Amino acid sequence: MNVAVCIKRVPLSPGRWSLTPDATAIDTSGSAMGWTLSPHEECATEAAVQLIEADGGEVTAFSLGTADSTEQIRELMAVGVSRGVLLETGADEWDPQATAAALASAIRDDATTYDMVIVGTESADTSGYQVGVRIAHALGWPIVTNVKGLSVTGGVARCERVVGTDREVYEVSLPAVIAVKDGVNIPRYPSVPGRIKARKKPIDTVAPTATPARLEKIRLALPPQETGTATVLGTGPEAAPRVVEVLKEIGVLT
Amino acid sequence: MILVYVDHDRGVLDELSLQALAAARGIDADVQAVLIGVDAVALAPRLGEFGVATAHVGVHDGLTDYAPMAAGRAVSQLAERLQPTAVLAAGSPRGNEVLAHAAAIVDEPFAADCTSITLGDGVSEVTRYRWAGNVFEEARVHAPMLYATTALHVFAADPQSGSAPAAIVEFAPDLTPADLAVRVLERTGGGGGGVSLAEAKVVVSGGRGVGEAGFGPLEELAELLGGTVGCSRVVTSAGWRPHAEQVGQTGTKVAPDLYIAIGISGATQHIAGCKNAKTMIAINSDPDATIMSFADYAVIGDAATVMPAIVEAVRAAKG
Repeated sequence: MNVAVCIKRVPLSPGRWSLTPDATAIDTSGSAMGWTLSPHEECATEAAVQLIEADGGEVTAFSLGTADSTEQIRELMAVGVSRGVLLETGADEWDPQATAAALASAIRDDATTYDMVIVGTESADTSGYQVGVRIAHALGWPIVTNVKGLSVTGGVARCERVVGTDREVYEVSLPAVIAVKDGVNIPRYPSVPGRIKARKKPIDTVAPTATPARLEKIRLALPPQETGTATVLGTGPEAAPRVVEVLKEIGVLT
Repeated sequence: MILVYVDHDRGVLDELSLQALAAARGIDADVQAVLIGVDAVALAPRLGEFGVATAHVGVHDGLTDYAPMAAGRAVSQLAERLQPTAVLAAGSPRGNEVLAHAAAIVDEPFAADCTSITLGDGVSEVTRYRWAGNVFEEARVHAPMLYATTALHVFAADPQSGSAPAAIVEFAPDLTPADLAVRVLERTGGGGGGVSLAEAKVVVSGGRGVGEAGFGPLEELAELLGGTVGCSRVVTSAGWRPHAEQVGQTGTKVAPDLYIAIGISGATQHIAGCKNAKTMIAINSDPDATIMSFADYAVIGDAATVMPAIVEAVRAAKG
């Protein structure tokens, strides 16, 4: 079984947010800032690696972004991804429609035929909730999103998602797109031999076709800062009676 | 006219969808609803109370439970026929999923989790969440018809007493076996009839500072207050609590009447999931923890000694 994962390089989410002077991006110039993968996509990759460990085959990581995205592809190569395909863009962000169209055609045109595409349900940064769905429609494959449990038997993917206190079960025949959520598994850490092997694995670069953004970012803004005026009810167990008073005041304890 | 996708689970109305109806009415007095599945026929008249004059219900033999691709297909077909100015839904997992399908099918843009929407001729302006609401994006959507969802707990459901029930208009979507292949086949508990995290009025949430063995008093307090237990990502990653209890950007986003954050430092990804709580009490040994700037009330102290005292005091107060 061959599995494609779609992954995205995103800024590390900081303790305190700041924007670039033109307010079009998160300011990543501070010394504490860096880049990482969306957590959902770390889990997507772990799910893919577990499937090929059980069934054989290879995992390819597709990423649309700047040349720096090879850093994230290499990280995933250290945990079991065999090959990378970078859809190299300039610094300008692509909208979800253009991103999905480019990823779908790269997956379709690749020399490898895929049985499954695994993505995160939404990216950490742009939080658009749609690239996986659009890839599925472009490929004509089914998709299950928000997946918190995944197993594959006899060409059928059994997917679970959490709704309230229940788990819903879906089954789709492969080929299919699966959009996972953080928590579907616990991603492994890269080993030293894994990191060494990763250096030699191939990354192909393709030039995707840009189209004008139809969801066009104008600028970013930060929500008003919290002022930090928590009323201290007390210190240690002696504060308990004051807590009870507050619970009564707000009506949760009657 | 604005068309709003109203979700339901086997005939039980999704209350979050009422927020999308309120947002729609703030833009246009003419709001119609679309619901999927014959189970929705019985609940749809009630939407009149939320400003819906007409509720369209997609009925098909294959639609016996939630089926996102089919629902997206049905919504897009109805929208093409009715030509609303916008198709909205609540920014819930299902609302975002169904609208992503609908927009993908007609190859139109889709803006998820909007906090404001201004419709225009061919170009709409929206403000939407990025980073689960830690950052706002102002964007232009270039489309003749806007597909968008509303960020949860930004718009308040707005019932009007004395309004007429919504008129029901059934329609038959044209669905393929492939659309219907993605559907809920079975459900496994969970069960036990516990309070769901997303809907709980009280969430008693623990972080690293509670410790693996320290969740007992949190469970007791949640039970005494009719709420449920939540936790931070650190706690589920360590395997102390199930992932279903995780509150945060990658877990469940909650908006309870009361959120008690115990031994939780207040990482960005956690705050994204709980900042819409009406009241927050933080219990933390570190008076400078980030969570303190989001909390309304604070107790400074170690969860291991503070929590049993609070449980005892609440139990005594209940008599």
